[in-house]
Amino acid sequence: MHLRDGIRLPVVAGVSFSVKSGECVVLGGPSGVGKSSILKMLYGNYAVDEGQILIDHAGKLVDLAHADPRAVLEVRRDTLGYVSQFLRVVPRVSAVDVVADPLLARGVSQTEARERASELLAKLNLPHELWQLPPATFSGGEQQRVNIARGFITDHAILLLDEPTASLDAKNRAVVVEMIAEKKKAGTALLGIFHDEEVRDAVADRIIDVSAFSPRKAAA
Amino acid sequence: MTTVPLLKVNDVSKFYGSRIGCKNVSFDLWPGEVLAIVGESGSGKTTLLSCLSTRLMPTSGKVEYHMRDGHYRDLARMGEAERRFLMRTDWGFVHQNPADGLRMTVSAGANVGERLMAVGDRHYGQIRATATDWLRRVEIEEDRIDDQPRAFSGGMRQRLQIARNLVTSPRLVFMDEPTGGLDVSVQARLLDLVRSLVHDLGLSAIIVTHDLAVARLLSHRMMVMKDGLVIEQGLTDRVLDDPREPYTQLLVSSILQV
Repeated sequence: MHLRDGIRLPVVAGVSFSVKSGECVVLGGPSGVGKSSILKMLYGNYAVDEGQILIDHAGKLVDLAHADPRAVLEVRRDTLGYVSQFLRVVPRVSAVDVVADPLLARGVSQTEARERASELLAKLNLPHELWQLPPATFSGGEQQRVNIARGFITDHAILLLDEPTASLDAKNRAVVVEMIAEKKKAGTALLGIFHDEEVRDAVADRIIDVSAFSPRKAAA
Repeated sequence: MTTVPLLKVNDVSKFYGSRIGCKNVSFDLWPGEVLAIVGESGSGKTTLLSCLSTRLMPTSGKVEYHMRDGHYRDLARMGEAERRFLMRTDWGFVHQNPADGLRMTVSAGANVGERLMAVGDRHYGQIRATATDWLRRVEIEEDRIDDQPRAFSGGMRQRLQIARNLVTSPRLVFMDEPTGGLDVSVQARLLDLVRSLVHDLGLSAIIVTHDLAVARLLSHRMMVMKDGLVIEQGLTDRVLDDPREPYTQLLVSSILQV
């Protein structure tokens, strides 16, 4: 991890695991231990200094740790989805279009993409009057639901989830748990971070303790 | 889907006397790809853009463009007439100052129509209809078509410049600080517009900006320049979220949070 003035912070080292299709694996361990960093490395937001990230993309194995930007974008479009903790809002784009966007990128028609987006927003109980508004002024929970809908709208074979339920109430958490179960049934490989124990117990097939990979922890 | 680069840049350098403009820049630009070139004033980003768009002749190195006929052409070896034709049809250039890209004393409609005539359109009614359609796409009211851009606000001029450039369905658009000097709400509108146009038309674009938020929003890939050199490049998300070079880290950590 590289922050400022060329200072290098070792975050995680020697991380090894695999996730099968139809399986939900949860990264566990205390805050700051590097869980989100692992997800961001998998998604290509963080560079990988050493090692490989092999992913089954369009029938062949791609090493994301060394793929060029174009290949990473293609993998993101077709194979690898990501629900981040926070929504990155684009000025003037409505909630329904934010959600529909990944489908448009894959060539689905606008009408169909908007329809699917509306279904998901309805499922996640986002008030109907918000759908046409840009999400910049939404509450944390509302933004998160837009974000979840955006992540779940496609049939990506792999889905990374960074605390998708952190600011949701019990009712909506249950909806997300149900959506995750549906994804698993459809054969999606899921890798997530859930601080909420109830959600974690409901979705996790396996928990990986990330503190085992933390060099700082090892030194202490 | 095409699988060859639209633009191939190989070891391009430009010196002003003994001073470095830009040095040893190489990259490929793929169809549909948006590349942002960022860096502070004087870092060489505009020099590089000028070398790529044939406004300046590089001191050394080669820039090749994949023409519509499927062949690569070395831009430096093209004749002046051919180069001008390319710039008026298959390329677009959006200047920071709209006055540099527009003809300020002819009507908005004529500014858009002129490029159509360059590609051989001669039917007045057709040209006017297309111009009207493009003004609508860039959110300029139809009843302003006969006004001169002198009577337009800065944001409107910039949108008009974009319409003028995109009307001939170019495959590659160069933009030099397209949102510079606009206030934030106007900027947001322009960014949204550029983003959706680039997406809908499947254009490739090279955008020079010092605004990292603009780069994040519009670009797939990004190059960071300092003192004429490309010091870091990669996926936009990666460069901004995990900058490797101290200078990029400084740039990223200097962004004001709202």
